[in-house]
Amino acid sequence: MNRPTRLVNEVQQSYSFSRRALVLGAAQGAVAVALASRMTWLAVIENQRYQLLAESNRVNLTMIPPRRGWIIDRYGHPIANNRTDFRVDIIPDRLPKEQTDQVLKLLQQLLSLPPEQIARIQTDLKRAAGFQPVQVAENLDWDRFAAIQVRLPELPGVAPTRGYSRSYPAGPAVAHLTGYVGAASAEQYKQTKNPLFITPGFKIGKDGLEKALEEKLRGSPGAKRVEVTAHGKLVRELATRQDVPGHNQRLTIDAGLQEYAARRLGTNSGSAVVIDVTSGDLLAFVSMPAYDPNSFSDGISHLEWKMLSDNDHVPLMNKVLQGLYPPGSTVKPMNGLALLRAGVSPDDRISCGGALRVGNGIFHCHKRSGHGPLNLKQAIMASCDIYFYEMVRRLGYDQVAPVARTLGLGQKFDLPFSTQRYGTVPDSAWKLKKYKAEWTVADSLNASIGQGYVLANPIQLAVMASRIASGRSLQPRVVMSGNAPIANPLPLNPEHLAYIRDAMYGVVNQGGTGGRARLNIPGVSLGAKTGTAQVRRITMAERAGGVRSNASLPFKMRDHALFICFAPVENPRYAAAIVLEHGGHTVTNLDTPGIGRDIITYLLDRDRALKSLAEVEPTWGGDIATRMAAETAAYKSQISLVQGAQTETNATAAPTDAPAVEAATDAANSSAAAIANTAQPAEEGSREATND
Amino acid sequence: MTRGSSANLGFVPEPLAQLPWKVILLVLAIGCFDLLVLYSAAGGHIRPWALSQGVRFFVLLGGAMALSRVRESTWSSISLPVYGVIILMLLGVEILGKVAGGGQRWLELGIIRLQPSELMKPFIVLACARFYEMLPPAEIRKFGAIWPPLVLIGIPAALVMLQPDLGTALMITAGGVTVMFLAGIPLRLFIGGGLAGAILAPIAFNFVLHDYQRNRILIFMDPESDPLGTGYHISQSKIAIGSGGIFGKGFLNGTQSHLDYLPEGHTDFALATMMEEWGLVGGVLLVIAWFTIIWWAVNVALKSEGRFARLTAAGLATTLFFYVSINMAMVMGMAPVVGVPLPLISFGGSSQLTVLLCIGILMSLDRQNRQQTRW
Repeated sequence: MNRPTRLVNEVQQSYSFSRRALVLGAAQGAVAVALASRMTWLAVIENQRYQLLAESNRVNLTMIPPRRGWIIDRYGHPIANNRTDFRVDIIPDRLPKEQTDQVLKLLQQLLSLPPEQIARIQTDLKRAAGFQPVQVAENLDWDRFAAIQVRLPELPGVAPTRGYSRSYPAGPAVAHLTGYVGAASAEQYKQTKNPLFITPGFKIGKDGLEKALEEKLRGSPGAKRVEVTAHGKLVRELATRQDVPGHNQRLTIDAGLQEYAARRLGTNSGSAVVIDVTSGDLLAFVSMPAYDPNSFSDGISHLEWKMLSDNDHVPLMNKVLQGLYPPGSTVKPMNGLALLRAGVSPDDRISCGGALRVGNGIFHCHKRSGHGPLNLKQAIMASCDIYFYEMVRRLGYDQVAPVARTLGLGQKFDLPFSTQRYGTVPDSAWKLKKYKAEWTVADSLNASIGQGYVLANPIQLAVMASRIASGRSLQPRVVMSGNAPIANPLPLNPEHLAYIRDAMYGVVNQGGTGGRARLNIPGVSLGAKTGTAQVRRITMAERAGGVRSNASLPFKMRDHALFICFAPVENPRYAAAIVLEHGGHTVTNLDTPGIGRDIITYLLDRDRALKSLAEVEPTWGGDIATRMAAETAAYKSQISLVQGAQTETNATAAPTDAPAVEAATDAANSSAAAIANTAQPAEEGSREATND
Repeated sequence: MTRGSSANLGFVPEPLAQLPWKVILLVLAIGCFDLLVLYSAAGGHIRPWALSQGVRFFVLLGGAMALSRVRESTWSSISLPVYGVIILMLLGVEILGKVAGGGQRWLELGIIRLQPSELMKPFIVLACARFYEMLPPAEIRKFGAIWPPLVLIGIPAALVMLQPDLGTALMITAGGVTVMFLAGIPLRLFIGGGLAGAILAPIAFNFVLHDYQRNRILIFMDPESDPLGTGYHISQSKIAIGSGGIFGKGFLNGTQSHLDYLPEGHTDFALATMMEEWGLVGGVLLVIAWFTIIWWAVNVALKSEGRFARLTAAGLATTLFFYVSINMAMVMGMAPVVGVPLPLISFGGSSQLTVLLCIGILMSLDRQNRQQTRW
């Protein structure tokens, strides 16, 4: 249309200009509309989304871990409480890899961390699953905590928090009662997706009551909202929702008694259980030695864990519930009840000549020369084996087993602990089912002195003592929840029970085997029964040359020492059981009768008990904390002699979590069961303790 | 000459009465509103921005009103010499930049720091308009009508690209090309040019643009791909605008700007700072104000008699339009981040100078029209 030759004059040019200017103007108007539409789109249609984004820019939300409910004793004294704690963690997700070294260097400088801690943090950072906080330091003082706060802009991924950490004032004395707390594992977080589980400083119960009562103790988290600038600088705190602390849990435990019993067990590997026979309340629940739940809750180093698992006193095992022992002679009062129930007259006498031949085997009494003729009470007082061999041989053990069960042996109790092994009360039906074999007279004889197939844990022994003392079918309980239900009377003749109690009185006060347990409190007396359980077979050859004394045997070969008691005999109030692994009755002030006497004394005359403990404790190397510190130091020096400096880095590579500890408990348990198995005089260990 | 507009305001001196007061009030409104925005951007302080911006604004506005007394013929005669001086200054920046070692865009002229590339934005329009004024109408469809303006545009655009400043180079090119379009260069050349641009753009993208400029364009395509890097600017600015809603969060209540989430909240992204606090209402009013001014400038062009006046007025209208629309589009994520300030809102003396210079020239052309049309 346009010819190149066309002549353009001014009028045409003016017209073309106006036309093009209007086109341009219209285009500009269209752009104006487009801009206004875009504004409307952003500010109206997408307003909510952008408001949310602006808000999440502005507000930094952090969860406040709830304060854990206290665990208190029957009188309200704290068994587990919380102390204020300044701590520093690293959230791996928020720490850029290339800055890791620089951040760790600054942390080391600010917190004066030892090199092995830095190595542990580095290992943990490598292993951590991004979102999981890695602990840098706990229990910081204010100065160092403030230093971190000030330098925070240079420390990406570092989260300083002021929180609470769990504290167990009695330390190891309550370890196996309360368990301990620790950071939730990655698996637990993945299962629940609960953001609380990855909040720095939050701990959940890992064992014992802390684990069992988790729901009640936990509480609900609070939230802290702060306004921050793009550079992470805190502008102001916004409304903070306070955490709701968990509920306190009152236990039936007497904290003072618990700690006293733990100390009184001394250097033994043992356990003590005390029951209030009016209610079934557990007053003490002690397994020693034990780990320190305070340091476990902070995260345990490999060295510490290895030391505990190497210890032949198995501090990682809860012996009260998981230790199974042949109860030995402590079953004799129960046997007595079974005999009386089966019609044996208390005055029927058996003459003990030191040994009894049954078939082609010879069963020995612990007194080689024999006790002479004995009635039931005398047999219990002297703990004569021949009397019970003969009586049970006549009756058969199937007459005894029901009474054993009635008194609590072989029973599982409704206690809030995750693992409870409950041993064996054997009889012919049990053996037939378990081993497809007939019950033999030898089985009866072994069972009659609490050996052979019979296995019990310390809490069952304590329940047995409490049921004999009260005549009621007491159920042990550890969590205080209203008044204990009145327990039903046992289906046993009260006169028989009174007779047995009198026999147990005789054990202590009338020249029996437990004379050392006699109370020094006027007008109050103790009834008891001692026990010894062999953990090895005594050969004919050895017997001929004289049975070796326990003191000359290696620790693992020594006899277990057991003890059940109740007091006052006149009007029973307390019952207790004490089991010392491989105690062997070697040191008098560390033997069961003395421990039993002092524990009961504590309940009746605290000052006297504390005074007598103060006299002997220094001879054992000081109190629990002192001894543990000394052991740790000795272990460390021994390790470093053997392995040199390498150990420290190995130790820091350790998992700081519970599964390893649980595995250690299992290992200790199975070895205890294996030892228990070797204790059978009759046949070698194919038998297994039943457990849950 | 007597004019209607001064008849009922007899007591006002004639030079003042001749001014287009509606436009001046509009400019004044935008400028004062800007002081509130900068006051808030500084966290409720007149320093460091509101005070100096305000002083400059009133001085420059006075200057613009003074410029309105300059005659069209004067603009026409000085346009090419001034263009030459600015070219020399651009060369000076380039040489000084080489000496100082990189990326300098301004000259220190004692009391003021001048960015010559900004001055080139109006003067490329004047220079091109001057060229077409001199060109006889019959020559418009010949090659001689095309290459001289292309050289006029090409030299400063290339110098500015060297700085490197993509936004300004684009605006200089757009201003000059708009004048060529309005001058009556055959339409097919623009269509052909558009096609050539479409072909050359990817080549320029790969070989001419700097890495950071390339990056900005890539990020513009997908801002969420780099939320902590270059895309951060766009994301945060959209959050600021979007979270403001219809009525905004209120004066001094913007969180994005006050807590430093919005980068460059007082300069290139001042619109976001403003809209976060004043909302859609503030944004739309600003768009209306600016497009009223631009529409006034287009009208000045349509009413002008002389060829230079027409082309200049329409070209300056387009320059203002590019300022406003490129900045707004960029801040709202509709265009890549190219570093064009929002006139009279973004903090900065050079753009203030340029914009008020444009308005001053437009007012002088407007005055000429009124004297000729007597309304």
